[in-house]
Amino acid sequence: MVKLPIYMDNHATTPLDPRVLEAMMPYLTTKFGNAASRNHSFGWEAEEAVDKARAQIAALINAKPKEIIFTSGATESDNMAIKGVVEFYKEKGNHVITCVTEHKAVLDSCKALERAGKAVVTYLPVDKYGMVDPDDVRKAITDKTVLISIMFANNEIGTIHPIAEIGKIAKEKGVIFHCDATQAVGHVPVDVEKCGIDLMSLSAHKLYGPKGVGALYVRSKGPRVRLTPLIDGGGHERGLRSGTLNVPGIVGFGAACEIAGQEMAEEMQRLTDLRNRLQAGIFERLDEVYLNGHPTERLPGNLNLSFAYVEGESLLMGISEVAVSSGSACTSATLEPSYVIRALGIDDELAHSSIRFGLGRFNTEEEVDYVVERVAQEVNRLRDMSPLYEMAKEGIDLKSVAWRRD
Amino acid sequence: MAYSSKVIDHYKNPRNMGSFPKDEPNVGTGIVGAPECGDVMKLQLKINDDGVIEDARFKTFGCGSAIASSSYVTELVKGKRIEEALAIKNSVIVQELNLPPVKIHCSVLAEDAIKAAIADWQKRKGIKPAEKKEEAA
Repeated sequence: MVKLPIYMDNHATTPLDPRVLEAMMPYLTTKFGNAASRNHSFGWEAEEAVDKARAQIAALINAKPKEIIFTSGATESDNMAIKGVVEFYKEKGNHVITCVTEHKAVLDSCKALERAGKAVVTYLPVDKYGMVDPDDVRKAITDKTVLISIMFANNEIGTIHPIAEIGKIAKEKGVIFHCDATQAVGHVPVDVEKCGIDLMSLSAHKLYGPKGVGALYVRSKGPRVRLTPLIDGGGHERGLRSGTLNVPGIVGFGAACEIAGQEMAEEMQRLTDLRNRLQAGIFERLDEVYLNGHPTERLPGNLNLSFAYVEGESLLMGISEVAVSSGSACTSATLEPSYVIRALGIDDELAHSSIRFGLGRFNTEEEVDYVVERVAQEVNRLRDMSPLYEMAKEGIDLKSVAWRRD
Repeated sequence: MAYSSKVIDHYKNPRNMGSFPKDEPNVGTGIVGAPECGDVMKLQLKINDDGVIEDARFKTFGCGSAIASSSYVTELVKGKRIEEALAIKNSVIVQELNLPPVKIHCSVLAEDAIKAAIADWQKRKGIKPAEKKEEAA
């Protein structure tokens, strides 16, 4: 018997790996020193632990340890990168290039800069798979462009952007390239050298580490990237991010990165197989199910599907013993479906019908099979209840109907 | 967001879910909402010549609260005269189902569905609609 509830929302957060917790425990108990205390052993052992974690994280992304700046998470890293670069390079220019499907931490940082009159932002479109065209990036660059910010992999649809190509263009044009790699690091190979990334946001809790800790990779050479800090104070992290370091969190982050690196090749294959099993199982049992995102260039654990004629939130309610997430934001006052799904150019009705499955390290084949059966069962039940399904079966073109919008 | 036990009950055990045959006489059909808004309700009322609602059916595309609102409405209108049914306010649905503020629109849609179904029945019967215009609360 499969154990319920099943967690299949690993893009939202991942469970803490027990091995990570084990690494953290001493720093939550006896080894409580402040890493900035230079004059006693408590401080030294904390500093040593932080240095080790810095090296573990750097190794996973092919960076140097000193290029890792610890933050509270990827949201802070995104804010720091975008606002910090725009502020520091304001004499050079004020133009930022990003894309419409970025995380809100990137989009809202850009909007805040626009409102403050500090930046002009170009929001690039994506194709029907959610991918940015590197040529669009090239064409958008002006002599005022100071920053390109494109995510590695999308958090909703799992699409992986052509990051190395964008990085190459950025180098050619001498523009700083920030990449929000929150969903990718630890899941697929990420190499800041190969990809030409200058700034990169990371988060520990997306790779089986603890919440409340993340990092910003800041390139030190070729070019040396400068930025104005968001948080001033004791001058920690080379003055870029003041505040006493979250030592247990950082130790956990480091351990999580080391484990992810060791197990990546095997885990990518295992998750791809599980994802394919989930997709094939659902497609076998149901008609009119559509894949959102790129068919091949996507995160191994991601499956985003639209179930025609069924509203996403009602489907989530039907499979309440399975934790997945819906692209439909029916709870918001605006009734807007996900901006990421909409950016793919699909109908709003299908956007309201989207479900994101996020497979992770602790999911099993047995769980996948259970989810396939339950999803098929609930979708069939809800389609029986759906006037749209009834109309479609009667041959009515739903687009030709004059809907009453009140 | 947690759902109330009544919403869950209607969602799991919808009352009067389905459709009347298309050509059945004495049936008024109201379809409200739009797919791109994430809510479409179809409400059918079987109304006798005395203006009493004898039976009701619904089908809904929408969230759990939308399904529950329409399911509840089918119970609510049965046995009522059309004037009584037209007087049903969405607030009754909100109260019964314990809908949170973000789900009030589901109850408004259900109220609209009653009015649309009755208007359709009146049109088919050649009856002039009631003069008093009800506004959604």
